[in-house]
Amino acid sequence: MKALLLRDLRLAMRSGGGFGLGLAFFFLLSVLVPLGVGPEGGTLARIAPGILWVGALLACLLSLDRIFALDFEDGSLDLLATAPIPLEAVVAVKALAHWLVTGLPLTLLAPGLAVFLNLPAGGYGWLVLSLLLGTPALSVIGAFGAALVVGLRRGGLLLSLLVLPLYVPTLIFGAEVVRRGAEGMALATPLALLTAISLGAAALLPFAAAAALRVNLR
Amino acid sequence: MEIWVENLAVARGGVTVLQGLGFAVGAGQALILRGPNGSGKTTLLRTLAGLQPAVAGSISLPPEAAAYGAHADGLKSTLTVQENLAFWASVHGVGSVADAMTRMDVANLAPRRAAELSAGQKRRLGLARLLVTGRPVWLLDEPTVSLDTASVALFAGVVRQHLAGGGLAVIATHVDLALPEAETLDLAPFRTRTMARDGFDEAFA
Repeated sequence: MKALLLRDLRLAMRSGGGFGLGLAFFFLLSVLVPLGVGPEGGTLARIAPGILWVGALLACLLSLDRIFALDFEDGSLDLLATAPIPLEAVVAVKALAHWLVTGLPLTLLAPGLAVFLNLPAGGYGWLVLSLLLGTPALSVIGAFGAALVVGLRRGGLLLSLLVLPLYVPTLIFGAEVVRRGAEGMALATPLALLTAISLGAAALLPFAAAAALRVNLR
Repeated sequence: MEIWVENLAVARGGVTVLQGLGFAVGAGQALILRGPNGSGKTTLLRTLAGLQPAVAGSISLPPEAAAYGAHADGLKSTLTVQENLAFWASVHGVGSVADAMTRMDVANLAPRRAAELSAGQKRRLGLARLLVTGRPVWLLDEPTVSLDTASVALFAGVVRQHLAGGGLAVIATHVDLALPEAETLDLAPFRTRTMARDGFDEAFA
């Protein structure tokens, strides 16, 4: 399993691996939105939590279809399915690798980009914490969606449509944590729900994704 | 170690392609599957590998004993030959990468990226993967595609060593591998009859 994680990370870092695409998107969005919205009236500070979370979510979405599609095309997925690692573990490891190359860098980059969006000072810590707790859910849910559409040519569009509704709760609670944090309000409830979504997704969805993969490999 | 198949029926895309299939392959034996394109060789091998369920019948094969060698070699083009093999070796936890590279004659390619290999070299690397799995049962789907004569002979030698070491192999192929210990199974008698055209006209029945 460690070998699979290292291989996925190495593939992501090598040329054509897609590492950085999501980060570049997140960066562009966070730079362009302030230019588009303009500096007046504190509008930016008010929408900053939502924009940052939407940006992180869409950046995550960009690389989802690569999770299984590449392995399916070159036959590795068949071989992994017959390898001694359970397919559930393959899904979990691949979701973890996806998080390490998208979710984690996004989380680390977010405070810097929040400056552009004039996020109130109280929100920075909560922004990092909410992304740290919420982005794993994005990767795991995304891996489940990718397992559903593996084998479809140009499955990316279908994948986005399938996954976006599943991302909504994470987005709502994640942005809510940051908004409340920035305004100094109590935020235990959205934080707990955000964590619950991540933990629930990580516990259950690898099994669902492995079942979907088995059906798609037939 | 034995594969034992009885009254097996397999389907591709929901259509049963082979039925009533039965054979046994013991340790040290090889079974060559013959049949025209589309006769269900790949489907049979995928079913044996556990990638798809059988429609009917039973397969007796020890769990986690089979290494499946498909049309696609499962190589990552941005990884080197060495890295590709080392990955599968550590997934399976047995088998020596250096030994496998020597035996399939890819050792001199070790630092090259898989993207830079020729089709035949990729195939040899794909077959070297079988060695690092350390599994006793090889299920091979047209393993000699894009191999030259010398490489086919090299591969036949590797299969023979595998059999001599107590392994077994089921190989779908169109070429003669010159394996004296192999039995040949022609799949034609087991093909499901395609729907008879004459005398059956559902639309007007």
